[in-house]
Amino acid sequence: MRGRPLVAGTAEGTVLAANEPLSFWGGYDQATGEIIDRRHPLAGQCAAGRILALPMSRGSSTTAAVFLESVRRGTSPAAVLTNGVDTFLTLAAIVAEKMYSRTIPIVALEEADFAQIESGQQLRIKADGTVTPSG
Amino acid sequence: MQLTPHDEDLLSGRAGEAAAFAMSIIVRMGEVCGAEGLMDITQAHIDSTIYTGEATLEFAERLASMDARVAVPSTMNVSGVDEHGWRDWPVPAEWADQAYRQMVAYQGMGCIPTWTCAPYQTVYKPKFGQQIAWGESNAIAFANSVLGARTERYPDLMDICAAITARVPAVGLHLDENRAGQLLLELTGVPRELQLDDAFWPVFGHVVGQRARDRVVVIDGLDPAVRPAEDDLKALGAGAASSGAVALFHLVGVTPEAPTRAAAFQQRQPEAHETVSTAELRAARAALNTAPGNTLDMVILGSPHFSLAEFRRLAPLVDGKRAHSDVVFLVTTSRIMRQLADEAGLLEPLQRFGARITVDTCILATPMKPDGIGTLMTNSAKYAYYSPGLLNADVHFGGMKECVNSAIAGRVAEPSRAWRD
Repeated sequence: MRGRPLVAGTAEGTVLAANEPLSFWGGYDQATGEIIDRRHPLAGQCAAGRILALPMSRGSSTTAAVFLESVRRGTSPAAVLTNGVDTFLTLAAIVAEKMYSRTIPIVALEEADFAQIESGQQLRIKADGTVTPSG
Repeated sequence: MQLTPHDEDLLSGRAGEAAAFAMSIIVRMGEVCGAEGLMDITQAHIDSTIYTGEATLEFAERLASMDARVAVPSTMNVSGVDEHGWRDWPVPAEWADQAYRQMVAYQGMGCIPTWTCAPYQTVYKPKFGQQIAWGESNAIAFANSVLGARTERYPDLMDICAAITARVPAVGLHLDENRAGQLLLELTGVPRELQLDDAFWPVFGHVVGQRARDRVVVIDGLDPAVRPAEDDLKALGAGAASSGAVALFHLVGVTPEAPTRAAAFQQRQPEAHETVSTAELRAARAALNTAPGNTLDMVILGSPHFSLAEFRRLAPLVDGKRAHSDVVFLVTTSRIMRQLADEAGLLEPLQRFGARITVDTCILATPMKPDGIGTLMTNSAKYAYYSPGLLNADVHFGGMKECVNSAIAGRVAEPSRAWRD
């Protein structure tokens, strides 16, 4: 499948997916990459280095700040797949590239493609937004 | 995307390094959002002031080192520290120092030291139709919905770029046609008594956010006798912007773009129509609780920041009473609102009650939670939503009066009658 690369880059890893939006502020532990929103289906799982698939972020504007902190600390996801354009995570990845010269690809998928993404899949993301199995 | 000669000047660095840095981010975001061009804004609210660690401080100080200046009046959201009060709490000195440096950096850019997440309750309240760039989820919802100002949902780090350039992508809720309702959410069979309970608004907000996600939601079916106060609408928006990504709600007969249901939908048909029942509201209230039993260590009020009207409601509830010695009672607000409350004689009864006040930040944004606090109680859907994750604590939800009664008893009081089966 191919999505729209909002922040273009390459990544490879294991998927962590949920169909529930997440606020990174109050939802993502920047020290470890653990999902700490206890009401979220991914609560307790670690997203650091994984390909995180969420329909969108929600809640706090500070989601962008927490994402930036996680990139600086090396605890961010390796890439993020969303269902449609998420401006908070995209903005954070754009600023992270400027501040720390690290690219976390953000790819917006169509709804039908997003629905096929499941936790545990091994995926490779290319700079043109192509998402393919890597295993 | 079409840039004006002025935009090109900013981008090229002719207006300085900071403007070029900020403009490059605004332009990238314009491309991401599919904007045809940029547009002017005349006010900003800066949520980037919240210190979350080294990265937000490095970002702020990098802008400051480039002599960044805001180009429009820019209010500031909460900071990461109560500058004069943090020593009364277990805030690490290093955190206080770093958070203070971040405050200084943004103040040096010319931002206004309002230090509040309720900037719409200050003299800087924007006007109907005004194009603004606001960060802070609850403030965005209030500005769009209750005031009829026009802002997209701006994240931290972008709000300050908009303030420096006075330009934003011309997309989303800045444009009238995108402000039409999408989802119709109708209260059905919810008794007036429940709608008049002060816990109704935050709980309903929690439901609205879950149902609407990022859609423009039109709320109808309110009892005609129910006239929400400003703080009720604040609680509704804060709840909806926590459990969802709601940036604009229309409350038929109440908010300015919704004199009628048809007007709220700009004469179009709703994309979806859902109802909310009493049972669903009760379930949502239960979902805001994570704490088992009725033990209680701390009460937290003031998310969004406590207003003068809320101090006026709280003072008579606590007057002549005393919080249980095992319960910490905290109210969070801004330095300006605390002063107004003090001048109105509203702080004395709170102090005699044993309440403590923290200003310019909140318990979610500064590490002030005393050791041994495991269970909190709050009347705020926003506090209830974020506390478990950010404070690693369990939370009880209840109205203001229930919070006060619980603090006195030292254990969680029964919900008011309207919430019981």
